[in-house]
Amino acid sequence: MKASAGGYARASSLRDALEMLAASDGSGRVLAGGQSLIAAMNLRLSAGDFLIDISRVGELAGVSETADSLRIGALTPHAEIGRNPLIRHHATLLSQAVEFIAHAAIRNRGTIGGALAHADPAAEFPACVLALGATLHVEGLNGTRDIRAEDFFQDIFETAIEDGEILTGLSVPKAGADERQVIEEVARRSGDYALAGVCLVKRTGGHRVSLFSVGPKPILAKNAMAALDRGDVEGAVEALKAEIDPPSDTQASAAYRRHLAGVLLRRAAARIEGGNA
Amino acid sequence: MSIQFGNPDRPNSYIGKTVPRPNARRLVQGRGVYVDDIVLPRMAHVVFVRSPFAHAKINRIDAEEAMSVKGVLRVFTGKDIAEVCTPWVAVLAHLKGLKSPPEHAIAVDRACWVGEPVAAVVATSRAAAEDGAALIDVDYEQLDPVADMMSALDPQTPVLHPDMGDNLAFERQHEQGDVEEAFRTAHKVVSARFVTGRHTGVTLEPRSILVDWNPAEEQMTAWHATQAPHMIQTVLAKHLDLPESRVRVICEDVGGSYGIKVHVYPDEVATAAIAKIMKRPMKFIADRLESFSSDIHARDHEIEAKIAVGEDGKILAMDVDDWTAIGAYSVYPRTSAIEGNQVVNLCGGPYDFANYRAKTTVVFQNKTPTCQYRAVGHPIAVAITEGLVDMAAAELGMDPVEIRRRNMFKDDAYPVTSPANMRFEGLSHHASLDKLLELMDYEALRSEQAELRKKGIHRGIGIASFIELTNPSPFMYGIGGARISAQDGCTVRMDPDGSVVALSGVTEQGQGTEAMLSQVVAEGLGVSPARVRIITGDTQVTPYGGGTWASRGAGIGGEAALQAARALRDSILEVAAAMLQADQTKLDIRDGAIVDAASGEARMPLEELGRIVYFRGDTLPKGLPRELVQTRHYITSDYPFAFTNGVQASYLEVDTQTGIVRLLKHWCVEDCGRVINPLLVDEQIRGGIVQGLGGALFEEIHYDADGQLLNGSMADYLVPMAAEMPDMIIGHVETPTQESLLGAKGAGEAGTAGSPAAVMNAINDALRPMGAQVTEMPFTPERILRALGSLKD
Repeated sequence: MKASAGGYARASSLRDALEMLAASDGSGRVLAGGQSLIAAMNLRLSAGDFLIDISRVGELAGVSETADSLRIGALTPHAEIGRNPLIRHHATLLSQAVEFIAHAAIRNRGTIGGALAHADPAAEFPACVLALGATLHVEGLNGTRDIRAEDFFQDIFETAIEDGEILTGLSVPKAGADERQVIEEVARRSGDYALAGVCLVKRTGGHRVSLFSVGPKPILAKNAMAALDRGDVEGAVEALKAEIDPPSDTQASAAYRRHLAGVLLRRAAARIEGGNA
Repeated sequence: MSIQFGNPDRPNSYIGKTVPRPNARRLVQGRGVYVDDIVLPRMAHVVFVRSPFAHAKINRIDAEEAMSVKGVLRVFTGKDIAEVCTPWVAVLAHLKGLKSPPEHAIAVDRACWVGEPVAAVVATSRAAAEDGAALIDVDYEQLDPVADMMSALDPQTPVLHPDMGDNLAFERQHEQGDVEEAFRTAHKVVSARFVTGRHTGVTLEPRSILVDWNPAEEQMTAWHATQAPHMIQTVLAKHLDLPESRVRVICEDVGGSYGIKVHVYPDEVATAAIAKIMKRPMKFIADRLESFSSDIHARDHEIEAKIAVGEDGKILAMDVDDWTAIGAYSVYPRTSAIEGNQVVNLCGGPYDFANYRAKTTVVFQNKTPTCQYRAVGHPIAVAITEGLVDMAAAELGMDPVEIRRRNMFKDDAYPVTSPANMRFEGLSHHASLDKLLELMDYEALRSEQAELRKKGIHRGIGIASFIELTNPSPFMYGIGGARISAQDGCTVRMDPDGSVVALSGVTEQGQGTEAMLSQVVAEGLGVSPARVRIITGDTQVTPYGGGTWASRGAGIGGEAALQAARALRDSILEVAAAMLQADQTKLDIRDGAIVDAASGEARMPLEELGRIVYFRGDTLPKGLPRELVQTRHYITSDYPFAFTNGVQASYLEVDTQTGIVRLLKHWCVEDCGRVINPLLVDEQIRGGIVQGLGGALFEEIHYDADGQLLNGSMADYLVPMAAEMPDMIIGHVETPTQESLLGAKGAGEAGTAGSPAAVMNAINDALRPMGAQVTEMPFTPERILRALGSLKD
């Protein structure tokens, strides 16, 4: 199939992009790495969009640090997330996740902002930022907003980004000295979307468990977290299974996904206890 | 003079060596010419509106809005096309009872599967044609679909084609010996239900055709990604009412075929019809979604089978009840009964036993038609046979290698006829198995498996012997009335500078046919392969032939090339003898020069002979034949098919918590007779294994209960990818066929034939201590966990 775009313009700055978005009368679509949007257009799942290309907006790229957090620009490509020393040191969950994401060409072009704004419930990054307790930054012509990851993902492909806003980046708390972060997933083939996946963070304040590919959005498994805080892994597995309502599709049934989520949590917990994270 | 194949130091010893592929550099540099690369003046693009329903009456098609789209030129319905294009009926006389209704290039009043073309939109660009197609308003009235295979013949199931009377397309039962008695008295009987998933070939280049109709010359030219240019020439001529001589099919580079591109597709014939009506070049390139919904599917079988064995492990009987559903029509002109027929012909293939019964039941359903795809029927038959043999071995407490050794035809048993009435000229099951065990170090692997088992690591070893049908004679299609050539030809010509051009009726789809032909001609003639230019894929230029299917390129096309090259060699030597006033029998051609055969002393380069023949023919004796072009054709006649054999092994690990299978290593030893190019053969085997592994672990076309297609992209139809593939060790035993000078049999399908069974047996070997077994492909993680009883709901 041939894509049917309603137009294309390259933004020279964030301000420029926001103005074009405001002027597009609802038909504007922000194009970053294009790894989901272009595929959707090529299947005509999305047609007539006016593409606003932010890929050259320098102010949205790069990783920087403050005393207690990392600021990651929305345009940072997956491959950079995987190799960036600050991220590898302070938010290793994100760099671990990159190994599971698609293939090299996609990792080179796809951006973390694009992945978060797209909010595919089977994708790794949304679950990672949920587990990390990150804050997402959006900007519109009326100013900026900070949104907690817990509030950002709303439904399948739906986020708290309002019309006229662009996701500019995110802030991730730096891992504490004793903090452990692991991601576990199972996919039919390497690079495929996971049949189910689990992110586990163990920090001084307690455990954080998030899951992907088990519902319409990434899920923070609070009961499982509480059980892990009590040191009860099996209790956490049981709680987890009750907290999710996975879909059935051609790849796997809900029952399989629920079972798999439990296996993965058990494995993640074992890795943390084994100090392998 | 024959060729001393056994002597590696013989002159011009190109056969048996890895030589570079003449087309490799061109393709790597992006200089290939695929159909979509060809752009003609006034060319238009056609896009098909396809049925979104499995079964629906077409009440009305409203094209008004579509016609208003900029660039849209014309819209065609089934009735429009039917005015210039006759429908076809895909039956063959030797498949007794096979029935199928007439099929139109575009559905006329009823759509019978999701993806069937119901209208065509022609525009100046593909994008504009798609814009138009989206606006075609079809008034469908949904009809009850036939979606389930096993209930297709039940009285309460609607009849898909009322004119056919019922949903039975074909059935065949073969029985040899006293099967009932053998089962009644056997020491052990093991039975199982096998399922092979519906899948498809997924060519890298999608189906493509560009047709130009020149009314001034009354000439049709079709650039087509096809395996069988002459067959397509015949089909277009017949159904568009043209003389065959006025249809030229050109097949330049083809990006993979795997059997997908050897069939007649309604949308491709419609494209030719539209080109004729509109009198301008018309291009159709399938997109990936169209590929999944309209390329032929295959392998959709459910089988109940059992085996009877004696205490000594001897196979006493096999009984196979195979069902397959072929979609709404039998596919033209090869028909969709062949796959089931092959299951009947191939089950039990490696084994010497007496009592055999097999039945195939082929039914219609409202899904994409199925037809021949790489290793037609073989993966199914091998899975049934080798699955049962392993289960019987387990029941007897016998090693899977031992039970095979006790039952395979002895290597000196040939010629022999199998219980399925297949005639084998010469096979090497035991030598192949011995070589396989050595390559894999079977005993050490078993020890490793046992050690790891103690640590809770569940690994499995699976073995699968197989036979492969290659080099088909007219017994495959011709005797049934299909105009599909089992014969193939080659013309070899020497030009004035001593260079050689060979034109062959077999075709190149990326598998290396042209490399194979270049080295066969080079050796037959006595020049280096680099000096031989190969031309394939043009019905106006090459000798008439069948093209590439059923692993016939090397065995049939290669032999024709060898004989043509030898004939040209004789012609050249006749001229050389006159020029050199020498005895022709004492001359030879080596590395592009005439030499003294005994001493190897150079007498004259071919350029000199070419110069004299073409420009100074006056200096040669009057009446001396100087035919530097020779054509030979070849057809097999002693055996209906040249069977090959082989054996594969898989070593893998099952994660019993997630159900994920990790392939660790794969081995294949096969016997395709004379190996012409070891690297090409090894890569054919490897590629074939990978396609088989896809069927075993990943690939599956999903439909819902209403016949709705559920997956149609590379994201949800999982082809095997490099990261999941194991290292593969390939070995060969060579038993050349005595039917030809070359001695080559086919190798293109052996890998696909055996690998699914090897994987199935390996998984079951890993699961056996836990009392679990899987027999339904693909072996998804979920199916494995369900077999283990890990999932309760």
